[in-house]
Amino acid sequence: MDNEVAIIGVGLHPFGRTDGLSGQQQGAYALREALKDAGVEWKQVGVAYGGSQDGGNADALSNHLGLTGIPFVNVANGCATGGSALASVIAAIQSGMAEIGVAVGFDKHPRGAFNPRPKDWGLEDWYGETGLMLTTQFFALKTQRYMFEHGITDDALVRIAQRAFRNGALTPHAWRRRELSYEEIAESMPVNLPLRKYMFCNPAEGGAALVLCSAKHARKFTANPVIVKAAVMRTRHHGSFEVFNPGLAAQQSPAPTVMASRAAFELAGVGPGDIDVIQLQDTDSGSELIHIAENGFCEHGEQEHLLRSGATDINGRLPINTDGGCLANGEPVGASGLRQVIEICTQLRGQAGQRQVANTPRLGYTHVYGAPGVSAVTILQAG
Amino acid sequence: MTLDTPPKLACPDQLELSGGHPTLMGSRCRNCGEVYFPASQGCTRCCAVDMEAFNLGSEGLLWSWTIQGFQPKTPYNGGESEADFKPYGVGYVEMPSGVKVESRLTVADPAALRIGMPMVLTLEAYRQVPGEAPVFTYAFAPAA
Repeated sequence: MDNEVAIIGVGLHPFGRTDGLSGQQQGAYALREALKDAGVEWKQVGVAYGGSQDGGNADALSNHLGLTGIPFVNVANGCATGGSALASVIAAIQSGMAEIGVAVGFDKHPRGAFNPRPKDWGLEDWYGETGLMLTTQFFALKTQRYMFEHGITDDALVRIAQRAFRNGALTPHAWRRRELSYEEIAESMPVNLPLRKYMFCNPAEGGAALVLCSAKHARKFTANPVIVKAAVMRTRHHGSFEVFNPGLAAQQSPAPTVMASRAAFELAGVGPGDIDVIQLQDTDSGSELIHIAENGFCEHGEQEHLLRSGATDINGRLPINTDGGCLANGEPVGASGLRQVIEICTQLRGQAGQRQVANTPRLGYTHVYGAPGVSAVTILQAG
Repeated sequence: MTLDTPPKLACPDQLELSGGHPTLMGSRCRNCGEVYFPASQGCTRCCAVDMEAFNLGSEGLLWSWTIQGFQPKTPYNGGESEADFKPYGVGYVEMPSGVKVESRLTVADPAALRIGMPMVLTLEAYRQVPGEAPVFTYAFAPAA
């Protein structure tokens, strides 16, 4: 395809807690790092898409970087904000709107679980007041049902968290860098059973940015561009089991992840078996468990065996969340989806150090999922 | 349960109390028959906007469950102190129409909950603050 877009620069402000730096400052830091990585000046950037949930407007980053007059669009798609921003920049470059574009995300969340306002989601106050409107509760209810339907035990949930923290320990910029034992995870405080403390990621802080241009010009900027083979975003259909739903339809339908994943594989002309390194949304162990199958990397119910066999480890057949994912990095909502893309770029460039997947991975995959039923998938290829 | 005086309800529009036993109110699409809880203004299945009130009944089967292990932040208004907070059960209950209703459960013991078990609707005083009338919401209890 001659209309392909490439990632030519990546930048990250480490996730976690950074007292003294606002979310926007962390976003500006990440964006400067990405520009430096690409060898591009802010003045050369023709379009920007960015998002943050609690850190203020993304377009305010122009006040840090420079007021160059470009279209800078604020994106707000919950956990899928980064993926949505990226898909939008790609479409803008493909349309000829700009030669060089950036996608940026950042956040700075208060400690503890999110506390959304019912009205923002089209719901009545009683839903929040009576204690039903919690993301952790939703993940638990969905995981519990999924495990029942597919005969999966708590062992799978523990192993997912254990691998995340093991990989996090190998990742210099990760937030949680201590390996946890099986028992520490399995016996940690019940938060929303079947999910326990160490099976949930925490809202956090951080920034992430990408610089992109048309693939045919990419080598002018970098020796190791990453080609975006697909970047697809989808929203829910009637009947999918989504967060913040006081009632679920009689007939269930496939999740937005399934639709986004299928469309991305079709667009890229590859299948799940071709992918060398994978990032899946793991706000909690249960979500990753479900997403392994929803993205086509195994059949529903096969996950437990896959996890026990080590197939999803860095040296396995399907390396998942090699940087520790959301579990080890925390989730600054605006930045999280772009962190995944950066990790895949780092792997495809062979720059992942101790956590590098062997045999020069060529194809990578990222997946985000967010409220109220949004998913974005990318398929990336070493250029 | 029988009610001597009208209780203060968090969600009066979702409940029908006139029959002596509470039932849940939702809506049904006149075009395609899809049932909703809570009542919906339009049908997200067929995109029609011709809805009628629909009584979902009071009995169903537990479809999924969890235990809320920590005290939610606002807008939760249970009113207890953090020290007094007690974990509560939450589940989806599949009603005869097939719709699954998210609900508090009257039990919070994992050993007492099993997917597929029969459940019955009741009212629960989820907010009990001294000097105020208790506020009730709907909840499901294991059927006797």
